Amino acid sequence: MRARVLVKPKAGILDPQGQAVERALPALGFTGVRNVHVGRLIELDVEDPARLPEMCQRLLTNPLIEDYEIVEADGANGGAGSARL
Amino acid sequence: MKFGVIRFPGSCDEVDALLACRRVGESVLLWHGDRDLQGVDAVVVPGGFSYGDYLRVGAIARFAPVMEEVAAFAAAGGLVLGICNGFQVLCEAGLLPGALLPNTSLRFVFRQVQLEVVNTDSPFTQTCAPGQRLSIPIKHTTGRYYLPDDQLARIEAAGQVLLRYAPGENPNGSLNDIAGVCNEQRNVFGLMPHPEHAVDPLTGPTGGLAIFESIHAHVADGALV
Repeated sequence: MRARVLVKPKAGILDPQGQAVERALPALGFTGVRNVHVGRLIELDVEDPARLPEMCQRLLTNPLIEDYEIVEADGANGGAGSARL
Repeated sequence: MKFGVIRFPGSCDEVDALLACRRVGESVLLWHGDRDLQGVDAVVVPGGFSYGDYLRVGAIARFAPVMEEVAAFAAAGGLVLGICNGFQVLCEAGLLPGALLPNTSLRFVFRQVQLEVVNTDSPFTQTCAPGQRLSIPIKHTTGRYYLPDDQLARIEAAGQVLLRYAPGENPNGSLNDIAGVCNEQRNVFGLMPHPEHAVDPLTGPTGGLAIFESIHAHVADGALV
């Protein structure tokens, strides 16, 4: 299975990267944007998707500072359609 | 006494650490791929960019073969000092509480900072006076110490915060101005500032020497018992 792990800063933790992006958008005329957070996308092919949460907790993320979401990607290149696991 | 300084792929401060240790004792280089700590009395996990800082700072280095030995050494009460990237590695390895996040400025900061010794009841600060100021350089992009509120209160109450940035000095947004913390047993200590760069009067203040002298004094005391 092709999976995507979406990693983002844990809610409530100061995210200066998100803030910097949020401040930059109005300069280009993109107003009305709030709560920007910058995270990380990890794509991987896994034989046993059931082990993904453990992979996330032990290596792919640091649970103390990051939240994650595991998403199943359609097709080999991830496709446009995806479904939450 | 004998210090061991680990070299990972991407370490860059291990030579200064070796030389700093030699001001108070002997020191040897430990290779990340070895499982042999060579009978050292204390381990230094040095600064740098172990494994290219891939994924998260310190995240990959903790799986190095030598780190299994370091974990066992620490569990048996051995002294472990993590400096900068070494601090990040020890946090990722679960040997120290907390995590290091990108500086609030999002910038690399490189300057001399004033530190305050908060707790002298540890092998790493025992030769200091409470409240003593140490002038030590910092150089990092990911040094904002973070721990959830409840756990932060717990380590503060337990006296695990050994060093703070002096008032007005916090260079990275660390919670409670924390510059260095130890584990509950007080035998593992990590800090973002670089004591190994502050030991020679030729190059500036020597505030870092106190950390190495403390470790040496602690080990020497133990040897007498």
